[in-house]
Amino acid sequence: MSGPISSQLGPDRLELGPARDAQRDRHWRAATDTGGVCWLLLDVEGQDTNTINEDVLRGLSDQLGLIEADPPSGLVIRSAKPGGFAAGADVGMLAAMTDPKGAGQRLRDAHAILDRLEDLPCPTVAVVHGAALGAGFEIVLACDACIAIDGASFGFPEIKLGLHPGLGGTFRLPARINDTKAMKMMLTGRSAHTSKAKDLGIADVVTQERHLAAAVRGVLADGIKRNGPGLADRAMAIAPARSIVARRMRAKTQDKAPQEHYPAPFKLIDLWEQHVGGREAQEEAEIDSFVDLLETDTARNLMRLFRLRQKLKSRAPDEDGVEHVHVIGAGQMGGAIAAWCAMKGKTVTLSDPDLQQIGKALPAAVKLCEGAHLSSLETRDALDRLIPDPDGEGASHADLVIEAGPEDAGIKAEIYAKVEPRLKPDAILATNTSSLGLEGLAHDLRRPGQFAGLHFFNPVEKLPLVEVVSADKTEVRVQDALAAFCGAVDKLPARVSDGPGYLVNRALTPYLLEAVLLIGEGIQNEAIDLTATRFGMPTGPVELADRIGLDICLDVADSLRSQLDKPMAEIPDWFRDKVRQERHTGRKAQRGFYLWKDGNVQKIDSNNEPKEDFTDRLILPMLNACVECLRKGVAEDEDQVDAALVFGAGFAPFRGGPMRYARSRGALSVRDRLEELADIHGERFRPDPGWSDLA
Amino acid sequence: MKDRPVYLVDGARTPFLKARGRRGPFTPVDLAVQCGRPLLLRQPIDRRDFDLVILGCVNVIADEMNPARVAALRMGMGDAMVAFTVQINCGSGMQSIDTGFRYIRDGRCDLVLAGGTEALSHAPLVLSADAADWYAGMATAKGPVDRALQLTDLRPDHLRPVIGLERGLTDPVTDLSMGQTAEILAYRFGISREAADSYAVQSHRRLERAQHEGWLATEVLPAFDRDGKVHDRDDGIRPDTSTAALAALKPAFEKPYGNVTPGNSSQITDGASWVILASEEAVSKRGLEPIARIVDSEWAALDPAFMGLGPVLCATSLVRRHGLAREDIGLWELNEAFAAQVLACLAAWEDKAFCRDVLKLDDAFGRIDPGRLNVDGGAIALGHPVGTSGNRIVLHLAKAMRRRGDRRGIATECIGGGQGGAMLLEAAA
Repeated sequence: MSGPISSQLGPDRLELGPARDAQRDRHWRAATDTGGVCWLLLDVEGQDTNTINEDVLRGLSDQLGLIEADPPSGLVIRSAKPGGFAAGADVGMLAAMTDPKGAGQRLRDAHAILDRLEDLPCPTVAVVHGAALGAGFEIVLACDACIAIDGASFGFPEIKLGLHPGLGGTFRLPARINDTKAMKMMLTGRSAHTSKAKDLGIADVVTQERHLAAAVRGVLADGIKRNGPGLADRAMAIAPARSIVARRMRAKTQDKAPQEHYPAPFKLIDLWEQHVGGREAQEEAEIDSFVDLLETDTARNLMRLFRLRQKLKSRAPDEDGVEHVHVIGAGQMGGAIAAWCAMKGKTVTLSDPDLQQIGKALPAAVKLCEGAHLSSLETRDALDRLIPDPDGEGASHADLVIEAGPEDAGIKAEIYAKVEPRLKPDAILATNTSSLGLEGLAHDLRRPGQFAGLHFFNPVEKLPLVEVVSADKTEVRVQDALAAFCGAVDKLPARVSDGPGYLVNRALTPYLLEAVLLIGEGIQNEAIDLTATRFGMPTGPVELADRIGLDICLDVADSLRSQLDKPMAEIPDWFRDKVRQERHTGRKAQRGFYLWKDGNVQKIDSNNEPKEDFTDRLILPMLNACVECLRKGVAEDEDQVDAALVFGAGFAPFRGGPMRYARSRGALSVRDRLEELADIHGERFRPDPGWSDLA
Repeated sequence: MKDRPVYLVDGARTPFLKARGRRGPFTPVDLAVQCGRPLLLRQPIDRRDFDLVILGCVNVIADEMNPARVAALRMGMGDAMVAFTVQINCGSGMQSIDTGFRYIRDGRCDLVLAGGTEALSHAPLVLSADAADWYAGMATAKGPVDRALQLTDLRPDHLRPVIGLERGLTDPVTDLSMGQTAEILAYRFGISREAADSYAVQSHRRLERAQHEGWLATEVLPAFDRDGKVHDRDDGIRPDTSTAALAALKPAFEKPYGNVTPGNSSQITDGASWVILASEEAVSKRGLEPIARIVDSEWAALDPAFMGLGPVLCATSLVRRHGLAREDIGLWELNEAFAAQVLACLAAWEDKAFCRDVLKLDDAFGRIDPGRLNVDGGAIALGHPVGTSGNRIVLHLAKAMRRRGDRRGIATECIGGGQGGAMLLEAAA
């Protein structure tokens, strides 16, 4: 809804019952209506979104004290924030809980408060609009019933922070809904949206804001009748059955998140397997396990990344002023960028002289929308916004033009010469180039101040990072608008400066090239990839190069070699021939280093043990390049480098990013190791002078 | 108040896609969106600045009630865009232009998007009235006994859906199919099977030439379906057809002796078309470059059995009202519902007695030069999406007049149910 009427009427007003005008007392507002029903509103001070910290729980404890002293006929708990119920525990608070003994006691205190809520003599109803995550969801589960406002979602994202639920979720959710489904929610960290939450039994009633008062009356009058445990749930109450299922869960989890890197899911499965019945023991075990996890490097690193993500987001101004995006070039990246922007609500024109190429972007867009669980109408609307534009007419309407043409400075210059005169006066021209310097590309532009790099990563739907690259002349207004645009389309902007490969490709290229050299030395593809995935990379460098496209990798490598004054690996002739002569360009050609079938890599033996450990040969050049980017000012600081490499290249998240990893090994020791590698394998490993700044 | 001039600024259509026995890739609104979006992009007009959207459509599908409004919203023209759908059967796409023309002429609007759309391949299967009653009975039956009794009323006929399209192409008053009305005209005006077939061959040849010469480049815009397939030209064309090939076809409507065959009739097709209409004020304010001026329009009605003669009635009145004669009209688009029907119209205009008695002329209207009629082919080669064709012939007339340098032109069509519509265009200054 938009337009004058909805702006006049304003957003849907929350039904806050008698507590509408109640005073706030330590993050909570409460009042009782004439029928004796108490409405308790969560309204955390100084925040737009509720997050749960100890002070909020102490406030709840105070409120419970009043309620216990004079029980109402019913209790309604909901958020007074328009955005949603609660986003979970305050991650800053969790990260600061460094003393295990103290942490255990603080958790016990918090548990006691939710136990009191659960034990209230009156019926309790949680009302959820928007998201109820983590600790927020745990408060909901401590209530007798749950009313979901259409659009509500519920989830335990703790696993993504290297933790599991720690405020009773590990036993309250399996007690409320089917055991294996509860475990799946906690193991994947995925949210259940309204209708799914209703099916699962998390939400007892689904309604709209306008019917909430009646729904609350109905639920309090009739009570909630839940079906008893089904056959499957009763089977899960038998320990041997649980063990069989637990074993299966472990095997499946190991594939996705190996235990040595990600202990949390395994501890969660242990908790579930070992505690059939026995509520008190379960509560104790959850607390102990949670405290253990808080200590792990994995959790510390993932919580830090969570905050870095927030930091990148916070650097995206609210208003992007971009309604219409014109994408030039309907290749894999252009098509994917166009589809993504259309899905996120922008009007997009996609231009390419090759109609077939534009056509290919459409089924890809359908797949993208369906993968994002859009309804058929939402998918239709996204496709309506994605306008094939063979004649490039969109240029004159666009607020932002993203050029994703071939990586050839001459072709790009031709494109700019044609398109720039058609642009609106304020329109921004951005390039998605991954290898060409902005300085050169901006050379013939009439308005170089309105030109910048906007570098998306492949696959666009999976990697949340976008590099916003400024050249010397790029206006600050333009940088801000591009960062805002990234925020508006749910991407994380990393503002970097022009430099060969910017940040992510500069770091990634030596890693990919080293893999090429290893292949040249006779090491098997699979063994190289295994080394990298053991380190924690989501995909090995050989497979990744195939996915990116070997031609693109070669372009980037050549371009980096020509622009950098530092020694880089010689690109082997056999590799150049493979790409240029044989056209074995990777996944898109069904053949690169690997064979590909229907988009799937065909590996021969993915458990082939490498004979020697060349992890450092692969990983350290990446670190070395990051240090160089820091020294040259391409990247702002170590936080930004870590966030960019994790969110743009999938660098092992549990290690916290390349700089965090370097710090954990010790900067000096990494530098010495690089010297050692340089002496053995060549100058490409010689440590950057920037390492001494880190020591 | 003085009539304000009304200009046709631009227009575009989808390729016409022949219905091939199953549902095509686009619904009626999908088609309208496909050609509407790029058309709106290429003019210096913010799509929200239009005053009105009018769309002709005959076979509206249940998910797209008032397709004009659905299309306007889906094309991003804004919540505040008024949009309505018009229907006069085969004249709907021209009726939308005529309505927009009148709104602008009278000073109520400055910018109107007027179109036509039809997805005949999506025409619904309908139940017979008996079957609908039976289903209703089942739905309201109370209890198992009642339902069982209802069940016994089921007859095999009830399960046989009626093809909605077939009913739609049958005159509801005379119960004649459109093809039969063409048979009647062929008989009454002495149009031979050979003449009809050779006219049909010419339609294909002319369309092929137009495609080949690139004369349709700005008129037919590619449509992209969800599977990534690009539809970039009218696909019902058979450039290699010949009178010999057509002679082998069996009659479609009156077997076995009839003369109207699938080869000399228009094709069943999906397609959409839009034109942008603007007042003089809008033209000068926005720096638009009109391709033609809409001078006037005329509708006429006659015995449904002779519906094919509709153009003769309305076009003649239009010409006479403006004090013009046949030779003042440089170009004609006369929708090719059937070859025999087009030829019957020409014959009627050459028939002195017919012109005197029916058209109240002193003499025969005269012979229309085949070199000035449907010069780039017509519905026989490219198909006849009923709600769209009236729009297409006006759009194509305007574009062809500009290409050829003709000063005046008329687009006209016969309309199932016994009507005709005609529109007079003049080259824009």
